[in-house]
Amino acid sequence: MNWRRLWAIVVKELRQLRRDRVTLAMVVGIPAIQLVLFGYAINTNLRGLDAGIADQANTAGSRALVLDMLATGVVAPVARADTPQELMAMIQRGRIGIGIVVPPDFERRRIDGREVAQVLVDGSDTAVQAAAAQLAQTPLDSAAPDMRAPLASTPVGGRISVVGFYNPQRRSALNIVPGLIGVILTMTMVLFTAIAVVRERERGNMELLIATPLSSTELMVGKVLPYVAIGLVQTSVVLALGVWLFDVPIRGSLLDVYLASGLLILANLTLGLLISTRAQSQFQAMQMTFFVFLPSILLSGFMFPFAGMPKPVQWFAEVLPLTHFLRLIRGVMLRGAGLWEMWGEVLALAAFTVLMMALAILRFRKRLD
Amino acid sequence: MTAGADGVAIRARGLTRRFGQLVAVDHVDLEVPMKRVYGFLGPNGSGKSTTIRMLCGLLTPSDGEIEVLGLRIPAQADALRPHIGYMTQKFSLFEDLSVRENLEFLAAIQGVPKAGTKRRIDELVAQYHFGDRQQQLAGTMSGGQKQRLALACAVIHEPQLLFLDEPTSAVDPESRRDFWEKLLELADAGTTLLVSTHLMDEAERCHRLAILDRGVLVADGTPLELTAQLEGRTFAVEAADPRWAQRALVDVPGVLGVAQVGNTLRVLAADGSDAVARRMEQALAASAQQARVVPASPNLEDVFVAATRKGGADRERAA
Repeated sequence: MNWRRLWAIVVKELRQLRRDRVTLAMVVGIPAIQLVLFGYAINTNLRGLDAGIADQANTAGSRALVLDMLATGVVAPVARADTPQELMAMIQRGRIGIGIVVPPDFERRRIDGREVAQVLVDGSDTAVQAAAAQLAQTPLDSAAPDMRAPLASTPVGGRISVVGFYNPQRRSALNIVPGLIGVILTMTMVLFTAIAVVRERERGNMELLIATPLSSTELMVGKVLPYVAIGLVQTSVVLALGVWLFDVPIRGSLLDVYLASGLLILANLTLGLLISTRAQSQFQAMQMTFFVFLPSILLSGFMFPFAGMPKPVQWFAEVLPLTHFLRLIRGVMLRGAGLWEMWGEVLALAAFTVLMMALAILRFRKRLD
Repeated sequence: MTAGADGVAIRARGLTRRFGQLVAVDHVDLEVPMKRVYGFLGPNGSGKSTTIRMLCGLLTPSDGEIEVLGLRIPAQADALRPHIGYMTQKFSLFEDLSVRENLEFLAAIQGVPKAGTKRRIDELVAQYHFGDRQQQLAGTMSGGQKQRLALACAVIHEPQLLFLDEPTSAVDPESRRDFWEKLLELADAGTTLLVSTHLMDEAERCHRLAILDRGVLVADGTPLELTAQLEGRTFAVEAADPRWAQRALVDVPGVLGVAQVGNTLRVLAADGSDAVARRMEQALAASAQQARVVPASPNLEDVFVAATRKGGADRERAA
């Protein structure tokens, strides 16, 4: 490894990047736009769901229960009905998303400790189901209610109420923003390096480079380093906007946030390099990047809870750098954990980086054949 | 490295490269002397680029042995790289870097001593007339300027051996002459140059020449040696109607090629005997042509035609 040659590659990359206005604009633009877009749009905490109410008991207690439920703001009453059947018909027509049924023997059930009410849910939307679960936790004076979501045919809620510790208001932005750092870094970083080597091959620069004493390692490391800086800039943009626009707390140390981001950046850049040594054209490199990107978003725990996925999928998700990063960043930012308390995730990202880099260097041949 | 003690920079034996079914280079034997401009002449697709790439260790030969500056290629390609410069057929510098940035980059990559880098770049900028263009982006320059920059970058580390793959294919004649002046200066200064081209006037400037045809080396020698071999076989035919005369001559036995050059025809005969000249005169007389056949001194184009026709005919016979 010759430091001067390595540095020459770094300087060259930065100079090229400086002249590429579009890419440069995207370095800052992509994180800013995505953060604002997703931060406001992705809201798993539903409010004002259209609800129908069939209070068959119509006692003081039942009316109080219904009012308690409405007071959460999760549902907004749009219809009244006399029977559960009417509510189900309304759900089927799409008029309401949630139906609240209080049976005529509400008071008896309450005394017996049986389920006192039912929440009927349009189970075709998981977000609505989650909202119903939240409703089911409405505390009922002394006796804890037990309600069922019949359309989903699984019991939701129960005698144990769930108390949200780290996100008591169930604000989505809290989960989204740290995750978004990871998603944005995954998207841009993999693509940067995936294209970086292929582009030189397409433009003919590679034939010149491989005829020089430049080594594979120098070229590969030199391609990665400038983009680490770019990645940290993106991290800063998302963090700053997240704090400013969404009040996202950084409960752990800022250094840990950057260290975790740095680990993910390196993992993604080296993965991009490996793609680059395989791809024959920039178009191919792009396709391979999206092949990685989509599972990262869907399976890492960014979109759906990791625990809810089948075991084999979980094993697969463990391979994705984003999975480990999400655990790290949520730990640091939301729970105030230290990076070394989660050393397993740190190790996973580091190992991934080393493996990808080694494969990329081995695969990159200073030959044209 | 004191390579080529016997004054030979490149030696190749039985050099062969196959791409699937296609034999791009077919058992080429080569000896390139030191400190000379050695030309590779051949039409497109004759295997010039493939041969050059194998010689500088970028392509692995399917068969054969290569020794460059005393190093066995491709096994010792890494040891060779600091001593060679390679100018690719397609412009391969960074179009989004300026002239000076490209030079700086290659100086660092090629290991030009740090202390001497600035002086060396200034020297090249002056020598290659980039004084007022140092900050210009390489991509915005003309074909001739790009070639000059590519050459400046290829020689920045003062390599012993320079490979140039059709360096002037996208350049006007004026720039080409300048470019060749630079190449000959480099050879005078002790650099060995291997230049591929498909242009006759460039081939004439080489100290020594190899002609490639469909992957086969069909001729090898100094331009003088090569043309001397054709002494007596070339004729100029002055005819009132050159097109007609050409048609009359094409099928005469012993005529290898007829090419119109302005108002005269240039004829290459299979041998130097008087018989062919007589047959040509008869053919012209038979078609009632006002024409005169006079001997002409052979040039490289004749060498090229003779070599490629003969090679093609031999191979067809062998097939």
